[in-house]
Amino acid sequence: MGREKIQLVWYPSDIPADIKCELRYIRQVAYRERRTVVLTISNYVKAKTLEEAYELNQARSSRVMGGMMWMRLSSAKVKTVIDLSGLGLDQIEETDKVFKIGAMCTLRQLEQCERLREEYGDGIREAVRHIVGVQFRNQATVGGSIYGRFGFSDVLTAFLALDTFVELYDGGIIRLSEFVNRKPDRDILVSIIIRKGKRKFRYSSIRQTQTDFPVIACAVVTGIVHGEESWYFSVGARPMKAALTERKWQLRPDETKEAIAGYAKEIAAEFDYGTNMRGSAQYRQHLAEVLLGRSISSILTEEM
Amino acid sequence: MEVRFILNQKETVVEAAPDAVLLNVLRDLGCKSVKCGCETTNCGLCTVWIDGKSRLSCSVLAASVDGHEVTTLEGVEKEAEEFGHFLANEGAEQCGFCSPGFIMNVLAMMKEFEQRAETSGRTEDAVPDVEEIKEYLAGNLCRCTGYMGQMRAIQKYLSEKKGVRVG
Amino acid sequence: MNRENISDLSYVNQPVPKVDSGSLVTGKGVYTNDLAPSDCLIVKIVRSPYAHALIQEIDTSRAEAVPGIVCVLTYKDCPDKRFTLAGQTYPEPSPYDRLILDQRMRFVGDAAAIVAGVSEEAVRKAVKLVRIRYEELEPVLDFRKAKDNPILVHPEDNWRSLCQVGADNKRNLCAHDECGAGDIEAVLASCDHVVDRVYHTKANQQAMMETFRTYTYLDAYGRLNVVSSTQVPFHVRRILANALDIPKYKVRVIKPRIGGGFGAKQTSVSEIYPALVTWKTGRPAKIIFTREESLIASSPRHEMELHVRVGADKDGRIRGIDLYTLSNTGAFGEHGPTTVGLSGHKSIPLYGQTEAFRFTYDVVYTNVMSSGAYRGYGATQGIFAVESVVNELAQKLGMDPTVLREKNLVREGQVMPAYYNERTDSCALDRCLARAKEMIGWDKKYPFYECGNGKVRGVGVALAMQGSGISHVDTGAVAIKMNDDGFYSLMVGATDMGTGCDTILSQMAAECLECSMDEIVVHGVDTDISPYDTGSYASSTTYVTGMAVVKTCEALREKICATGAGYLGCSVEDVQFDGQNVTNLKTGESISRKEIGNKVMCFSNEALSASEAFSSPTSPPPFMAGIAEVEIDRETGTVEMVDYVAVVDCGTVVNPALARVQVEGGIAQGIGMALFEDIVYNEKGKNYSNSFMQYKIPSRLDVGKIRVEFESSYEPTGPFGAKSIGEIVINTPAPAISNAVQNAVGVIVRELPISAEKVYWGIQEKKDK
Repeated sequence: MGREKIQLVWYPSDIPADIKCELRYIRQVAYRERRTVVLTISNYVKAKTLEEAYELNQARSSRVMGGMMWMRLSSAKVKTVIDLSGLGLDQIEETDKVFKIGAMCTLRQLEQCERLREEYGDGIREAVRHIVGVQFRNQATVGGSIYGRFGFSDVLTAFLALDTFVELYDGGIIRLSEFVNRKPDRDILVSIIIRKGKRKFRYSSIRQTQTDFPVIACAVVTGIVHGEESWYFSVGARPMKAALTERKWQLRPDETKEAIAGYAKEIAAEFDYGTNMRGSAQYRQHLAEVLLGRSISSILTEEM
Repeated sequence: MEVRFILNQKETVVEAAPDAVLLNVLRDLGCKSVKCGCETTNCGLCTVWIDGKSRLSCSVLAASVDGHEVTTLEGVEKEAEEFGHFLANEGAEQCGFCSPGFIMNVLAMMKEFEQRAETSGRTEDAVPDVEEIKEYLAGNLCRCTGYMGQMRAIQKYLSEKKGVRVG
Repeated sequence: MNRENISDLSYVNQPVPKVDSGSLVTGKGVYTNDLAPSDCLIVKIVRSPYAHALIQEIDTSRAEAVPGIVCVLTYKDCPDKRFTLAGQTYPEPSPYDRLILDQRMRFVGDAAAIVAGVSEEAVRKAVKLVRIRYEELEPVLDFRKAKDNPILVHPEDNWRSLCQVGADNKRNLCAHDECGAGDIEAVLASCDHVVDRVYHTKANQQAMMETFRTYTYLDAYGRLNVVSSTQVPFHVRRILANALDIPKYKVRVIKPRIGGGFGAKQTSVSEIYPALVTWKTGRPAKIIFTREESLIASSPRHEMELHVRVGADKDGRIRGIDLYTLSNTGAFGEHGPTTVGLSGHKSIPLYGQTEAFRFTYDVVYTNVMSSGAYRGYGATQGIFAVESVVNELAQKLGMDPTVLREKNLVREGQVMPAYYNERTDSCALDRCLARAKEMIGWDKKYPFYECGNGKVRGVGVALAMQGSGISHVDTGAVAIKMNDDGFYSLMVGATDMGTGCDTILSQMAAECLECSMDEIVVHGVDTDISPYDTGSYASSTTYVTGMAVVKTCEALREKICATGAGYLGCSVEDVQFDGQNVTNLKTGESISRKEIGNKVMCFSNEALSASEAFSSPTSPPPFMAGIAEVEIDRETGTVEMVDYVAVVDCGTVVNPALARVQVEGGIAQGIGMALFEDIVYNEKGKNYSNSFMQYKIPSRLDVGKIRVEFESSYEPTGPFGAKSIGEIVINTPAPAISNAVQNAVGVIVRELPISAEKVYWGIQEKKDK
């Protein structure tokens, strides 16, 4: 691998269009001519009912606020910002069949939820613990993370691999995998619903500094679905929003290293990758292979 | 708009624009300990407590704390001084600009682990280990000290106050 | 004072808490923005979107019409007399190449106009309404192509260079020089081994937590008062007088507490803007740089490309070093001619027995943000290159790099030709290296060991030196006066930027005057009152200003004795002062310091005070050895810090707690430089590293363990045997970490930062071979 290649990575001359869209949120696309980036809000409303929130949100100049982490960095001119914090959406509820995570639950709540940990192991915690710091996670909401469909989102990558649905005020309950590819509209995200079922879950990411955005993020889930062993793989921070692929694979606990590497390579090749400041497309694909392989082998060697 | 909240145990009413951020409102109210270091939620200098939890005041709309309780370093001066003494003995405050946010989060951590012990009933849960401390405070950047002195201060504080050695 | 009785000292060599710690840990409002009056006009800058452009037209009318806007200033409102923002002693080596506002824009983020108004909101709005028509010009972005490029960054005729530094604005040249000793070509030609390499270090941000900020107002006498977060108040006074073209007596600069500087605030980045507003409007004004501004329009480390050749015989005796440094000063020349010098003069002398050396450099202008001073000041870049090439030499010789160094390192008593022929009167570098090896367990771990799971740990080493002040240039003056009840006021012009020099100088004064530290009051710098000091930079405060404290105390003690003897009615030869009382040794009669203080105040006696200055003919280097242990994931290239040991010889350690934190902090910054930090520009010169989201400084999860010890020598020319510590500490991590990666996986990354991806491709390249 030549020197030129590396150079290219560190002086990105052309940022792909899909990343540009993400970067608008985080101010990386720097200076248009008059570039003082400020969010202005003319009206703050703490909604009393979901209905009121929905009605208010029908205006193009309205925004629903989650944790206010990303919105504040945008340069939007918002007429009405709608606060959902008074609607009791900050609970993680559990029934026989599902976990229902309110849109206003914080990432810290996810991280500390004992039941999710019992059900899915350390994966959920692993997916959020690198995100900036405790203060940030006390504030950033699950709804904000999912609704934003950010390319760097760990939370989206993790939930996408699980049997996850989103509950929309108007649009009802739809699969997260479908929601991800929808254009943002004026609907309101009410909760995230994870359908229970015996699943094994692994989450891993590579980051430059420990609390940075991921260079790559991978979630691997396996379980019996309709009587068949099924594998779900989601890869995020490619650097594009997470995408999902699945396989009906029956893998033995003693699969060889080479075989696992082969599976990982096959899966990683299904996604497309881009280059930005944090890494080249080629390197990202390689990292995806490594992390997917490690997760598969970790699941296979877990005691039944 | 009018915002009513409890600031450092005192009923407070301010007139704030809908897009005013809490950080600026608090500074205008005289809480000069609250510092701005990055504007992008990365540094932890603006850490305050809202209803007892550490939050980044640079990214909280002042309007949204209506009806809530906000605490800054000015409101926990005694605890700050107590821990600050350990920090100063290590020379680990250095320029001191990140100290208020850092101390707020250290105190929040101590409280949270005490609560953890109460819930679990295991007294050993009251004290975080080194890895837990590092992870809890990862959102507090410091450019002067390299973090080691801060850790020594926390360890000495815990061993003196709680009689626990954190190795 | 001599090296034997250091342990008998009461304050010096003790871990005294900082004198201002009480207010810092309780969050008191002691920093610039905490102190600014609420009626200050808010000042903001309209910044250029182009890397190189000429302003053709500015229409300020719409901006001025915004309610609350007081003025919108453009280049037409500024004196057309060039100056430099570099905080250096006059005549500054940095060229006079700046105007407050210029018609030519030289980097993305360059100041095009100043807007001031009564509220944040109004000013923000007005900034958007300043209409500027630019003529976009082709920029010079590649610093390797800048010299003699037909596109000139500074074509203007009133560009001036005050010193002979080899600058030529018609060649994009900010400085050039060549020096050496012996016949380097002949020596290298006769060496058994020559290693010839090119290294590349990037611009790095100091990233102090408090961004640049200043407020200004006119006082009752119509003078411009400037309160600023600066390391160089006296230089700021001159810079503002130059910039505004007004006499120096019109300017007063006050420095409150500072939230970190690391050299960034040795350039007057923010002061000129509110100063101009106040001078024009008569109203108080303040500017608070956003973090973004602090990352795109500030004073980062000079990017350098270093071509180094080292020659040795087959036993590993290093015989010659040849270094060519190309330094990128960016749009303006602040600190350009001086930083580059350290890249050779503070790296080559580490190897004491070379027969010849040569050091050549060019410093070039380009259309990126101006560089400035950052801890290490060029030595950091030079040491990365020289230490890395020595590590590559060790590999070529098949020799342990610590053994190669033991054979060659500079020792006490040696004359260093590449360090202006100064002799090392104090040097414990050999002991530093030996102790560092012991601490990390070098002999067991070198070069690497497996830890399973495809992970491997390697160890790597580097040495460093710096100076202690700038010889013949830096001056520290100190004044001490005795007040009623006999307490002292210590007045220093050295600026405490969080590093604790107010404390360290008080410790020294308490030691010399034999009183408690409580009885010595010290305060921030005020150019009207404080004695002159060049400022806190170049690792000068402890050594230069410290020595001035010692001299001043001696002078004051003599005066106390004389006055005491007068009150006791005896000859001064018969009295002794023990810090508390002046005693007539013949009669046993004594008078207390308190009585003397009060008597002096009440009667028409001469006030008891003394003032002395110090400037050193030498700049004794501190030395240091650093060893890094890193863990590398062979499959991903990820480099994780495991352990870093550092052993420092800074002479006598004046305050072990503060010194230790200095070392740990410098190493953490060095780790950031080695592994993460990078200022990335796109092909049009736009800076992508414009927030802490994109410019990643290490968090506490990224630095591993840092362990520090001191191996003190005794510097005979320093106060209590002390040398400097502030800067040297950033110099070892980059080469030591690079060496650890080299020893672990055989990959040598010659361009910082050593990212996981570079290591990964390096491993692949090796596999392909």
